[in-house]
Amino acid sequence: MNGGATSFEARELACIRGERPVFRAVSFALTPGGALTLRGPNGSGKSSLLRILAGFLKPAGGMVAWNGEDMREAPEAHRARCHYVGHLEAVKPTLTVAEHLAFWAAAKGFAKPADNILSPLDLEDLADVPGRFLSAGQKRRLTLTRLLATPAELWLLDEPSITLDDRSAARLEKVLADHRTGGGMAIIATHAEIALPNAQTIDMAGHGIAADALAGAAAQATGEPDYGEW
Amino acid sequence: MVTAFFSLVGRDLRLAARGGIGSLVVVVFFFIAVALFPLGIGPESALLERVAPGVLWVCALLATMLSLGRMFEEDYEDGSLEVIALGPLPLELVVLAKVLAHWLTTGLPLIIAAPVLAVLLNMSSKGFAVLMISLLLGTPILSLVGSVGAALTVGLRRGGVLISLLVLPLYVPVLIFAVGAVEGAIFGFGERAHLLILAGGFFASLALTPWASAAALKMALE
Repeated sequence: MNGGATSFEARELACIRGERPVFRAVSFALTPGGALTLRGPNGSGKSSLLRILAGFLKPAGGMVAWNGEDMREAPEAHRARCHYVGHLEAVKPTLTVAEHLAFWAAAKGFAKPADNILSPLDLEDLADVPGRFLSAGQKRRLTLTRLLATPAELWLLDEPSITLDDRSAARLEKVLADHRTGGGMAIIATHAEIALPNAQTIDMAGHGIAADALAGAAAQATGEPDYGEW
Repeated sequence: MVTAFFSLVGRDLRLAARGGIGSLVVVVFFFIAVALFPLGIGPESALLERVAPGVLWVCALLATMLSLGRMFEEDYEDGSLEVIALGPLPLELVVLAKVLAHWLTTGLPLIIAAPVLAVLLNMSSKGFAVLMISLLLGTPILSLVGSVGAALTVGLRRGGVLISLLVLPLYVPVLIFAVGAVEGAIFGFGERAHLLILAGGFFASLALTPWASAAALKMALE
């Protein structure tokens, strides 16, 4: 991690998916050790917000910034700073657990994954097991171990505890706590209860757009919508 | 960046090696399709000799087409593409790595199989060297141009048919100049010009197609 006073913030983000405005006026700021929980019913835009923060999706308005600098100015630096774990596991049936971690570390530009990363989510006994023999929960744990394989300040997690049993969910909470103690930040969309002491919370339901105000409302609400290059 | 590039190539090769029969499908199809021609048009050796370069190239082209759908589809569906896209490697280089792995698992086996099939079709031995060179220059073009079709149809169900419609017309120049080169060598009117055009096509597609494929993948990731 870079140390120093890194801050990650979103200003007045708005999102339109397929002509349907999803949310508007989402703002927050995180400092090292900070965490943010995204709550809200299905379809309220939690996943879309995470994809915007990861840089996959262009926001219809607003900006995402590191230390006040728009992340679009330095997309490579942004990618190096964040890990994104979505709904998909990215587990190949024919590769073993250890091979997955080695590849994910290399895909982030590291020669090999960090040491002792199998124990936090209890994968020690599975290192040589190919993906097709893993259960849903084991695949989930493998995917989450990707967060530990290479360092990144910001973790963007979409329903990380889905398919995890209680014991593994507790281990995940420990991993998140350690990450934050080390100066990391985490943004987590979840329906389940994940213990995140002192985390901010955004209820996405409060950022929806009423049906009668749809026409042009997103643009007005966020001022000048930004259709510029991503 | 170098680590990320070669680890991606290495992973794709490993996946292909462990993929069982799936990764042999291209060569097997090539063999069967070419072997059908003597059965279909009869064992007359003069006729087979005349059509051999064209048959070999058309079958190589169709065999490559068969494998294009897999280039990005699996990585897109299981989320690996998201992981790769958040790495230091720009998507253009991700495309090049995937194309390199695709060529090593489809183009290269086709080149190795081609001389055997050329013998089967009684092709004149004067054309063998040029056939190999034309495949060496032409099959990378097939993989590169095919990557655009594969990237555009990623995420579409039954994208395979659509890929053929998008990509086959773009393969026509490769077919014309590659077969022209081989026939030029066989009939003695020279193969150099055709091969130079193929080489030009290779460098042009190497320079241009990664941008197009990367743009299509960016849209798919939204």
